[in-house]
Amino acid sequence: MKEPLRVLSTLGMLGYGIPEDSLDRAVAMRPQVIGADAGSTDAGPHKLGRGVPDVSREVTRRDIELMLLAGRRLGAPVIIGSAGGSGARAHVEWTWDIVREIAQARGLRLRVAVIGADVPKAEVADAMRAGKVQPLGPVPPLTEEALAATTGVVAQMGTEPYLAALDAGADLIIAGRSCDAAIFAAPAIRAGADPGLAWHLGEILECGAMCADPGSANDCLLGTIEASRFVLEPTNPARRCTPLSVACHSLYERSSASRSEGPGHVLDLSQARFEALDDRRVAVSGSRYVPQPLAFKLEGARSAGYRTIVIGGIRDPIAISRLDEMTAAVQGATRTLFREQDYQLRFVIYGRDGVMAEREPTPVPGHEVGVLLDVVAPSQERADTVCAFARSQLQHYHYTGIKATAANVAFPTAPSDIRCGEVFEFSVYHLMAARSPTGLFPIEYRMLGA
Amino acid sequence: MEIARIVRSKNSGPFEITLDVVFDDPSIYGKVKAAGVLTAESIAALYRLPRERVLNCEFFDPALAFKATIARSVSSGSPAETDTYGGQQAAPLLGLRVEI
Repeated sequence: MKEPLRVLSTLGMLGYGIPEDSLDRAVAMRPQVIGADAGSTDAGPHKLGRGVPDVSREVTRRDIELMLLAGRRLGAPVIIGSAGGSGARAHVEWTWDIVREIAQARGLRLRVAVIGADVPKAEVADAMRAGKVQPLGPVPPLTEEALAATTGVVAQMGTEPYLAALDAGADLIIAGRSCDAAIFAAPAIRAGADPGLAWHLGEILECGAMCADPGSANDCLLGTIEASRFVLEPTNPARRCTPLSVACHSLYERSSASRSEGPGHVLDLSQARFEALDDRRVAVSGSRYVPQPLAFKLEGARSAGYRTIVIGGIRDPIAISRLDEMTAAVQGATRTLFREQDYQLRFVIYGRDGVMAEREPTPVPGHEVGVLLDVVAPSQERADTVCAFARSQLQHYHYTGIKATAANVAFPTAPSDIRCGEVFEFSVYHLMAARSPTGLFPIEYRMLGA
Repeated sequence: MEIARIVRSKNSGPFEITLDVVFDDPSIYGKVKAAGVLTAESIAALYRLPRERVLNCEFFDPALAFKATIARSVSSGSPAETDTYGGQQAAPLLGLRVEI
């Protein structure tokens, strides 16, 4: 690597709101690439299943505009990875639409690379039959039935599609689903960096200033990659990077701290070194890139029905001592009335074991408990109907020793029953072996302001 | 005496929850590591899981940290979920006692 490369991550999740002071300070440090990760599976499968984002359009527009204006001032390309939350076609086009609006309002002239990450289900099915699709961790094997029910499949791209777009002179890359670290590893690799350092840098930058102390996904982090190390510096003076804060980031949201898998490689951090350069900058070295057979992580979600819930509280100590009796009775009455068992009815009891369920070591109710009555059924109307019945049963069931004979539950909302809409579950979380690092990810160049 | 600086949980992908315990004193960290209290077996017992549902268990010296990753009972955000982000599953670790 001839020259160091300065790479700016504006924040850990596009649409969370880039702090402008931090960005101004970052721009003064003259980054050569500006990027942000926009996707995650964290919030659940509904984003992918429904094709919706889970950040607001308004703040996303603000964040992209700030990045594009900074990019124009610096002559730096702007990279958005896993656009729109899940990086499927609907998410990419949602982001494109915002960019088009900004370009028009601001008179920006942009060469935009739009990279798709959708994998046709027929292609996944072929790979599955050829034994090229394997569960990723504790995941059931993929079946034809599960694949057929899946609303769409995306693959996490590596650095190669980004490299192609940067080589083609894109001012802005809107990429579909990506291995998070690839967003920042790509420009580093293009500048000739060691791939182990580049991917490690990417793993840290994709979370914004999360690796700092105090850490935050909603703030800027500048990474400077050199021949044998990279240096991290938060641009907000209230934060600092320390060897411990950065090393600690290797733990965050990963199965292993010392090994992480990406497309075609494993990143080995067992020999990584973290050294303080001063009281707020850290140099990282020793990260090792170990090539593996090429495979892409696939993600997909399927509908699991429609949900209606009731939130309630119970304060009567006799009622609390009879919770199991009460919920079993409501389950029984509901089963008797609705013969067809096409719904799922559950009670989540907060103040007892609502958070940890069967893993709760202390399932002892407090002086009051919260009750979530939760119904998932094949249609919204069915969920409403079952929920209303179960709620009325819960409200008036005569448990053993009852003294409060008027009502069993306090509802904080009127109406008590709340529609939550369609519910999804992850149906695809598998590795698919592939030959080409770019074949699944078509790049389209679109001009704005031409 | 409280000896850990960070005790937390979070999804590591939609089918796993990862548990992190981070220390700030290298000598205490070394003693905890040597004590053999944090193992795949102890995590399995603490979380009432069969041993094979503990997918990873490691000490990471650069961060003075212990990490264990367990299989979720349901995938993140599915109908039977109680903690979509997996962020509130670390409490049982707080009660662990280590003789040092």
